This record gives sequence, C-alpha cells and structure tokens, in this order.
Amino acid sequence: MSTIHGETTAALSSPTPQPVKPVYTSLWRQSLRRLLKNKLAVFGFVVVAFMFAACFLGPLFSPYTDNKINMAFMNKAPGLKHWLGTDALGRDVLTRVLQAGRISLTVGLASMVLSVFVGSLLGVIAGYYRGIVDQVIMRLADLLLTIPSLPLLFILGALLSEWKVPTDYRMYIVMLMLSIVGWPGLARMVRGQMLSLREREYMQATVVLGLRDRRKLFNHLLPNLVPLLIVIATLNIGGAILYESVLSYFGLGVMAPTPTWGNMIDAANNMIDFQDHPWLWIPPGFSIFATVIAINIFGDGLRDVLDPKQKR
Amino acid sequence: MSEQRQPLLEVNGLKKYFPIKSGLLSRTVGSVKAVDDISFSIKQGETFGLVGESGSGKSTVGRTILRLTDKTDGEVKFKGVDLYNLPPQELRRLRPKMQLIFQDPYSSLNPRVRIGDAIGEALLDHGLAPREEIRDRVMEVLAACGLSSYHIDRFPHEFSGGQRQRVGIARALVLNPDLIIADEPVSALDVSIQAQIINLFRKMQDTQGLTYLFISHDLSVVEHLCSHIGVMYLGSMMETASRDELFRNPLHPYTKALLSAVPIPIPKLKRERIVLSGELPNPADPPSGCKFHTRCPFAVARCREEVPQFRNVGGDHGVACHLV
Repeated sequence: MSTIHGETTAALSSPTPQPVKPVYTSLWRQSLRRLLKNKLAVFGFVVVAFMFAACFLGPLFSPYTDNKINMAFMNKAPGLKHWLGTDALGRDVLTRVLQAGRISLTVGLASMVLSVFVGSLLGVIAGYYRGIVDQVIMRLADLLLTIPSLPLLFILGALLSEWKVPTDYRMYIVMLMLSIVGWPGLARMVRGQMLSLREREYMQATVVLGLRDRRKLFNHLLPNLVPLLIVIATLNIGGAILYESVLSYFGLGVMAPTPTWGNMIDAANNMIDFQDHPWLWIPPGFSIFATVIAINIFGDGLRDVLDPKQKR
Repeated sequence: MSEQRQPLLEVNGLKKYFPIKSGLLSRTVGSVKAVDDISFSIKQGETFGLVGESGSGKSTVGRTILRLTDKTDGEVKFKGVDLYNLPPQELRRLRPKMQLIFQDPYSSLNPRVRIGDAIGEALLDHGLAPREEIRDRVMEVLAACGLSSYHIDRFPHEFSGGQRQRVGIARALVLNPDLIIADEPVSALDVSIQAQIINLFRKMQDTQGLTYLFISHDLSVVEHLCSHIGVMYLGSMMETASRDELFRNPLHPYTKALLSAVPIPIPKLKRERIVLSGELPNPADPPSGCKFHTRCPFAVARCREEVPQFRNVGGDHGVACHLV
C-alpha cells in the first residue's frame, strides 16, 4: 500500500512521469491472493476439485461399467480386483460411486446454475425497477419460501412417480425441482444487494453523468453483484447435492438403475447390508459428506474474501 | 460583468421536505424541512458559496437542483429551462452541462470501474466524442487535473483521497460543463491537500470559465474561492451578498457569529467572538418565528412570533432578520 502511494505521489510531483512498472491490481486479483492465504478454503477447493476430477475422469479408467452385472462376484469385500468391493448384483462399487458422483455433481451444478440465473435475474429486476414489479416478484418468492422445501420436494417427487415419468428424465426434472426451491432465497439476497447498491454515491454519480440505464446496470451494478453471486452459488451447490441425495435416498429423486449417492445408500438400507457389507454404504455416504463439507468450507472462505461485510 | 446577464442557474422558492413516516401503515406524521423556501441565482462565471453548519440543508439544495432527489415545491431553472419540467430524455441530454463533485471521494467512485472508464464513459454514452478519441480526451483531462496518463487503467483503491478527488473532478470536467456543483469537495481531505484541490478549482474556472455552486461549511475556503455567498440555517437562507460585502458588513447575527469563528492567523489580535450556545434545533420541529431566535444573542419578542421576510437591503445584499 505504502509503496504504491509513495510511487504515485512521487510521479505526480515530477513533470515527466517516470517509467514505473504499472501494477494494475484489480480487486479480483487482490481477492484471489487473500483466498490463497486461507488454507482451509484452499483445502476445501482441492477436495471439491478432486471429487470433480475423480467422478468425471475416473470411470474412463475403470475396467468396469456402473451397470455391468456379474453374478460370479456378488457382495465381495474390497480387494485388489474391486477396490471398494461389489454389490448384490456383482457391480463394482467404486465405479458406481464415481458414476453416481457424476450425476450428483451434475444435478447440483445444473440446479445451481438454473436457480442463480432465475434468482439473480428476478432479484435484479425487482431491486432495480422496484414498485409493482418488485412487489409481484417478491410476493411470489415469499410464497415459495413459506413452504418448507423438503416436504415440497417430497410431494413433487411423489408426483413424478405417480405420473410414471421415465427414469431417464427424472434427473432433469430433479434439477428443475431443486431450482424451484433454490431461487426465492437467492432472489431475495440479490434484490437486497441491489437496493443497497443503488443508493451508493457512485450510483448517484451515474445519474448526474446521465449514463444510460444499460451502462448503469451492466458496468456499475452487476460487477458489484458478482462477488455475492459467486458466494451464494458455491454454497448453493452443496445444498443442492444434499437435497438430491435426500430425495434419491427416499426413492423420490433419480431412480435406479442410474446410480446416485443417495440411492446407493438407499439400496444398502437393510440390516444385512448395513452390518455385513459396509463397503456398500460407506463410500457413497463419505462422498456426500466430503463433497458438501468441502464446498461449504470453500464457500465460507470465498465469502470472507469477497463479501467481508457479511458475518457468519 | 454587466448586470443584465442572464443567470445560469436560478432557484426560486425551492422546498424539499422529507416525510417522517411511522407506525404500521407508515403514515406521514410530519416532515423534515431540509430546504425551506430557498431562492438565489448564479450568473455565468460566478462562484456562489453556500455555507452553513451541518444539517442546514446545503447538500440537499445541491441534490435537489440536480434532481437527485425530487423537490417538494419551487422552481429550478438552468439556462432558463425549468429542470423539473423536462421529459427524462431531454434532462439526460442536459446532464453533462451540470455536474456534481461529491464530498467523499472514497464512495463516489465505483470500486470495480477503472478510472479511465469512469471518466470516459459519459462521453461515450452522450456521444460527445468518437470512441477512438475518448482515451486521449481522458488523458488530457487527467493531466489538467494533476494526474498522470498512466493512472488511466488503475482502480480507485490504488489512489489516495486527494487523487481520488482529482479523479472526481476530472470526471466532471471532461464533459465540459457549464455549472459545477461542488458538495463540500475538500472537507474529507487533509488540509495540505485541500489547498491543492481548491487551487485546481480556481485554475479550472480561469481556463474554462466555469460557474460553481460551492457548498461548504468552511468560511475561509469559501472566502478564498467564491464571489458570492449565501448563508443557510436550518433550511432557510439567512443572508446573501457578494463576498466582499458579506465579510465587510455582515448583517445577520448568524453570519456575524460564523465570521467571528473563522480562525485568523494572528495570535495577538483579539476580537469580539460571538459564541452560539446550544445546537441546531430539530428540523422536523423548527422554532416558531425566526428559526434562529433560540440561539440568537440579539433576539427580541418579535423574533419568536413573526417569520422575518428575506429582503434586499441594497446592492446584492439580502437578509432575513427583523433587526436589520
């Protein structure tokens, strides 16, 4: 800080600007530097990155496929051939966990993207235009927020089963369902941020300068909204993965034979498997646990850096 | 310097009341009369200083003129055009001609916008310069404001307070405005930096023929810079006069008190000091009669009952006091 200060004032007083190396430190780069100092957050990021890499690349190197049934190798304990053992149908658990991770992570990511898109769009519109538009959007969000999300998801999931939605499509519908639950809270936060931003003095300056609405929105408001969005989005993925697992565990989300971490635990949900075949439920359970915890740790670290005013 | 010149800015009977809402249904239970019937005019090339203590409504006057807040009543004419009678598009077109310089250089610059963009974007949006020329124009104005051209791609947090205020000034000047409203532009700055910025204001006035509405609570700054001065108290104009007239012959007791509080750099010189007791009354419930009577050392019974009319006492000297 002091070096920058000294350097600029020195250059100011001298008539010819000295050839100082320009250091264009954007707020982004500063944030990154601070994030890297937070060891726990970096650890969280490494775990998340590892999970993504393992799930999306791992199955490519596996000699097994997730649905290959092998009656000769039923309920085998972990060993050299099957690192995490096999299930009641002789399928390789490791391959299935990774394959399930693809689904769970994809569902988490996609529903996050969808709810961030819908939530921030509606939040920005509500916060920027206010008035009647704001009222309509926010009352709709309030309505959805008053319904507890888990029962709502259960009812929607039960409806899917009732309507006999093909299992292939269920994954996409589950994404939609999670976004329906996710966007209202997000829209609320974005709107709040917009209301706060629009009263800032630099926004008053844009009025005095007579800038166009488009520039006010895209060049001045949105760049200040992005840090908040990144934080919410990250924390949102963890929540979505958890919800998807819960739904699948209750047989209301993504259904067998498509593996997800939730329905893999559900498949092992009986006394015999629980006691005698722990390799059937520990790996998916640990995956959910590790992924969600890591995402939350990383998200918390991001928040400390990008949104320092918000306290835990 | 003829008297017939048309005023650049005319403010007539401007009022700005902020409603006080309370209760479940947010009923309006009263109002803060931040600006209560203010009139003045500024001619081309003049510098009008608006002084008064904190909470006297100076800043609100500036903001209401520029329509950052809506007026309650009155009239604001810029070059003879009533700003409150303009459709939004025409108002936007007129905006570059009247600029505001903010008090706090830390909050008036968007932390995520490079200063080159912050200065140049209005040129772009108003089509005042072709896209290729904007960077050159920005560099020119940076140089004029005492910054260097290599500052152009930096972010506000890389600058000191004084430099940021220069950026704020550059942002206004690049549009080649006729009127600049400066809302306590130096009060957030260090004294040594204050002098630099004030000299910059003077230089810009000399080179570009600017007209200023300079809002300040610092009389010595105003004395240095302004040709005309208006003294506000609790939302009302107490006295207006040319600088020399006001400093030589202050008529209103409040002006006298303010002037007697200006520090003078001669320690041995003793002078009569009028010390005001008490604090600024609540603007939601201003005193009856003359608003100043609660603190006025010369108040008489009439001051409590009757509101003094603002009247001209010769020359350009106007005052609102029964005792004059």
